[in-house]
Amino acid sequence: MFGLYESAFGALTWGNLVMLLIGGLLIYLGIARKMEPLLLVPIGFGVLLINLPLGGLMEVGADGEPIGLLAWVFRGGITTELIPAFIFLGLGAMTDFGPLIADPKTLILGAGAQFGVFFALIIALLLGSAFPDFLDIGIEEAAAIGIIGGADGPTAIFTASELAPNLIGVIAVSAYTYMALVPIILPPVIRLMTSKEERAIYMKPQLRNVSKREKLFFPIIGAAVIILLVPRSAPLIGMFMFGNLLVVSGVTERLAETAANAFMNILTILLGLSIGAFMSAENFLQGESLVILGLGVVAFVTSATAGVLLAKLMNLFVKEKINPMIGAAGLSAVPMASRVVQRMGQQANPRNFLLMHAMGPNVAGVIGTATAAGVFLGILE
Amino acid sequence: MAQEIIEAPITGTVISIEVGLGDKVAEGDVLLYIESMKMENPILAPVDGTVTEINIAAEQVVETGVHLMTIEY
Repeated sequence: MFGLYESAFGALTWGNLVMLLIGGLLIYLGIARKMEPLLLVPIGFGVLLINLPLGGLMEVGADGEPIGLLAWVFRGGITTELIPAFIFLGLGAMTDFGPLIADPKTLILGAGAQFGVFFALIIALLLGSAFPDFLDIGIEEAAAIGIIGGADGPTAIFTASELAPNLIGVIAVSAYTYMALVPIILPPVIRLMTSKEERAIYMKPQLRNVSKREKLFFPIIGAAVIILLVPRSAPLIGMFMFGNLLVVSGVTERLAETAANAFMNILTILLGLSIGAFMSAENFLQGESLVILGLGVVAFVTSATAGVLLAKLMNLFVKEKINPMIGAAGLSAVPMASRVVQRMGQQANPRNFLLMHAMGPNVAGVIGTATAAGVFLGILE
Repeated sequence: MAQEIIEAPITGTVISIEVGLGDKVAEGDVLLYIESMKMENPILAPVDGTVTEINIAAEQVVETGVHLMTIEY
């Protein structure tokens, strides 16, 4: 009577087993280590689900139409770029531009920390042309890989789904895991690039008070200027600034509340599961994936390094010295990067409280990465 | 004796106060925690000295610049 029933044990491959371990590891990091649990737990579980064979969650018909549950989510949310773009709406509603408006020169630091994006792009291109049989990396793939250096998950997914859809799983995982690892990756980079005296540079805690009117005009003028300069950044920057406007307008609290909480949470569930489900053994276990994970670290480290160096350069011209560590917060990983800078600043000098100073470049980094993505899309499409 | 005024470096809610009046503190010791931006932020002693004044209580909301404590050294 069991003859008609097919269990999946016989269909398990070694690749599946490796991926089940990876899925388990992501869930472990999320739960036991509390690393980005809101992302790593859904992604990890998606990896588990898809590597249990014959479940059909990502099944696609002969005509390319989705059949499986998560195949629909992937098509509807990721391929269309709806989810990453709308996550930016939520991010905008969670972001306070105050520190950036109070000290606009931090915008430069946020831009400087995009250096890693371009550096990783070039390295990826060189590797692609050096090993064409092994790596299928052209300029579009290289650009999508480089964006990992912005330390911004939704932007990385957005760019990958447009330029290198076959790499989306590994790029997403690399961006999100490195974001989660910012507290481990950043400190040694900062220590290497700065002296103890530089880390101890004191910055007055009180940033200038930012008026309600400035906060109101920032998303409106910001969206207009950036989108006019880089039209293809419109989906990300447009949603980001709109989400922020919902907060600062003061009259759309209900919408802002929903964007920052319920809406964001729904999107995070769908994004995490479907990205995880894209990581089947055949999609993920390729030499390319390892190379991309490696390039992700290179991109992160060069971004942070460039941010610190730029801050030191700025110190040659400004009267009130800035603590060069805040340059490393130009990585968009909000607020992890700022938190690292805050902690290290206090260690070097207990009087220091750099959190708000670091939030300026941190938020600017989000804008910078989304803009860099827009530049890539504009050039490459 | 010289005085060191501890001011709130950030607007937030005092979660806990880790020292009492008359306590001796060393530079870098945690004086109190302020929660802000969903983070617990430790406020550290800038000098070795004695806590001579505490102006805040747990769960109080403080604005940037508010005088929290005084340390004499």
